[in-house]
Amino acid sequence: MDLLDKLTILADAAKYDAACTSSGAKRGFQEGKIGCTSSSVAGCCHTFSADGRCVTLLKVLLSNDCCYNCKYCVNRCTNDTPRASFTPEELAELTIQFYRRNYIEGLFLSSGVLRSPDYTTELMIRALSLLRNEYRFNGYIHAKAIPGTSPELVERLGLLADRLSVNIELPSEAGLRLLAPNKTKQAILRPMTQIRDRAKQSKQELVKYKHAPRFAPAGQSTQLIVGATKESDLHILNLTQALYDSYRLKRVFYSAYVPVVENTLLPALDTKPPLLREHRLYQADWLLRFYGFRADELLDDSAPDFDPQLDPKCCWALRHPEFFPVEVNRADYEALLRVPGIGVVSARRILVARRTGALRAEDLKKLGVVMKRAQYFLTCGGRCAAPLRLSQEGIFQNLIAVERRALPQAEAQQLSLFDQVG
Amino acid sequence: MAWREIIYQYDGSFDGLLCCVFESYTQKERPTAILHDGDDEPSLFEIRAVTTDPAHAKRIYRSLYRRSPEVGPFLRRAFLTCMPDKEMAIYRFIVKFYREGAPLLSRLSDDTCLPLLRAVRLLSGEVEQFRGFTRFSDFDGVLGAEIEPKNRVLPMLRRHFCERYRNETFFLYDRTHREALLYSGGVSRIVPLEHFEMAPPDEAEAGYRRLWRRFYDTIAIEARKNEKLRMTHMPKRYWGTMTEFQDEDYFKARPRAQGAASPAPGAPGAIPAPATPPECAPSAPASAP
Repeated sequence: MDLLDKLTILADAAKYDAACTSSGAKRGFQEGKIGCTSSSVAGCCHTFSADGRCVTLLKVLLSNDCCYNCKYCVNRCTNDTPRASFTPEELAELTIQFYRRNYIEGLFLSSGVLRSPDYTTELMIRALSLLRNEYRFNGYIHAKAIPGTSPELVERLGLLADRLSVNIELPSEAGLRLLAPNKTKQAILRPMTQIRDRAKQSKQELVKYKHAPRFAPAGQSTQLIVGATKESDLHILNLTQALYDSYRLKRVFYSAYVPVVENTLLPALDTKPPLLREHRLYQADWLLRFYGFRADELLDDSAPDFDPQLDPKCCWALRHPEFFPVEVNRADYEALLRVPGIGVVSARRILVARRTGALRAEDLKKLGVVMKRAQYFLTCGGRCAAPLRLSQEGIFQNLIAVERRALPQAEAQQLSLFDQVG
Repeated sequence: MAWREIIYQYDGSFDGLLCCVFESYTQKERPTAILHDGDDEPSLFEIRAVTTDPAHAKRIYRSLYRRSPEVGPFLRRAFLTCMPDKEMAIYRFIVKFYREGAPLLSRLSDDTCLPLLRAVRLLSGEVEQFRGFTRFSDFDGVLGAEIEPKNRVLPMLRRHFCERYRNETFFLYDRTHREALLYSGGVSRIVPLEHFEMAPPDEAEAGYRRLWRRFYDTIAIEARKNEKLRMTHMPKRYWGTMTEFQDEDYFKARPRAQGAASPAPGAPGAIPAPATPPECAPSAPASAP
């Protein structure tokens, strides 16, 4: 089999992994090595595929020859699909040559489980050490830690990679039992705990010794499949919050379930991936990481799922009229961030601009505030930013109208039909 | 205003523009327009060519620096943008800056400040895009790429690519502004280059291009197809120089024409600079620090 065919099979098998970031590691040039990760503090997108997702890394499996039988996965052992494996040399050469041409920022290496998690991880370690030590590659490496791998091997993997990730796959234990019988919650959480503790220890050592080995300097991430099982958004968001709090994850990725195989336990093959739901989860994820929100503020048992018509921040604002209006010229950064239509960038700009003079409503638009959303929640020098004072219901209708234009056509149509019925 | 009105002509460099500011203050004139050398527009006003004197430029730059160390680098960036009539916008900004001092920089919604801020934001955005979207090819060990940016991004990309390719020799050609960033042996330089044509790929290069295109086509998930989203993140104007969007010819190895009229960059000897690193510290006209 030639390299082009192998690449096709192994990239195709890896494409459902959502993580493709190169952020979080800063390593300058080193003598005699190829590349650096210094551009990657905020990541660097090298292209966008036809589905609009960023491509930063060469995302491939080392092998798609898997002995597990996870029901949702294309690579499961009972699926009749062509199998291939890279040799370590092929993979290293490909990474280096793609990197030199500025196609990619580094390598994202995952693998199907060949024989056992330990055996597979050893193969990955062999491939990555060849790339790092023989080919002297100094760029970004993201490696998958396979649940069930022994701690010694995870340790070695972490010393080669910038970021490690362990996929949670399904947001609940029941889901795992049902669809991924070879994986257990314990087997997934054990390497996550190890990576967290070891990365912390490595950071402490680096304070004392400059040349102490770096263990996964860009931290760890994980991925959840949304829509294959019946969990609510509240359940997923609480899980996310717990992962950020107790496992110190850098990112949690959500992957809308794309049906690739027929199974009675799974949604039918013609099910559309729940992209809008995934989008809402990402919006909420951003609110957790950058806006100071907590999961229980955004959803609760009375409303366990996100409103498809309106983003989570607007929903929160409408449920908390007592928090508003916020006075632009006096409110602190945290309060500004809670206003729909104000983001991290525009909140910072407000802080800078108001030092030299009071801000008026017409200034806000120039600072990048989305007034279509923000006007109902702001005052400028005591004066309401909206031309008309509306009832809660009126604001709700206006915000939905703004949002509908931003939604994809198909989803928007569905919603408008729904409106007429309701 | 009792000052005379006049049109200035300058040499197109950042220093030249600062000299226009110097001229305006020493002569007590207010320019109605600042033109490049060679732009001849019939006008009722008097046109004067301002000669670039580095000492004058330095005086202006220092006087700005005394009021705020940030304003110099900011104006250098503004000068690299493709904003129409950026010279007058920068001139007006400097005049106001002399009057109001450093606080002007934080008046983000000010009508003199905002156009420059917006232009610089667009420039930074484009620089960020080209970090990722630039595609190099290997010509016998020398890396080469072409881009077609709106703004003059080369001075801003210089540090990034020089760090990334520290051990390599590379060139990056800007089709829009007809200049090239050259790097070899730790020294980089930006030079004007009127005509430039990329050499055809050899078999190995064509092979990697095919591998990349295949990877790109494979990685997209059919069920999630979203042209609009792709276009938002990567507008079509970037596609022209990206490997994954080229037509079939681009992926075929072709023999190189020997002694062709346009020197092929594949032969490092044929292009002037990568093989001959400049002696002094690299300095391009109006490059960002």
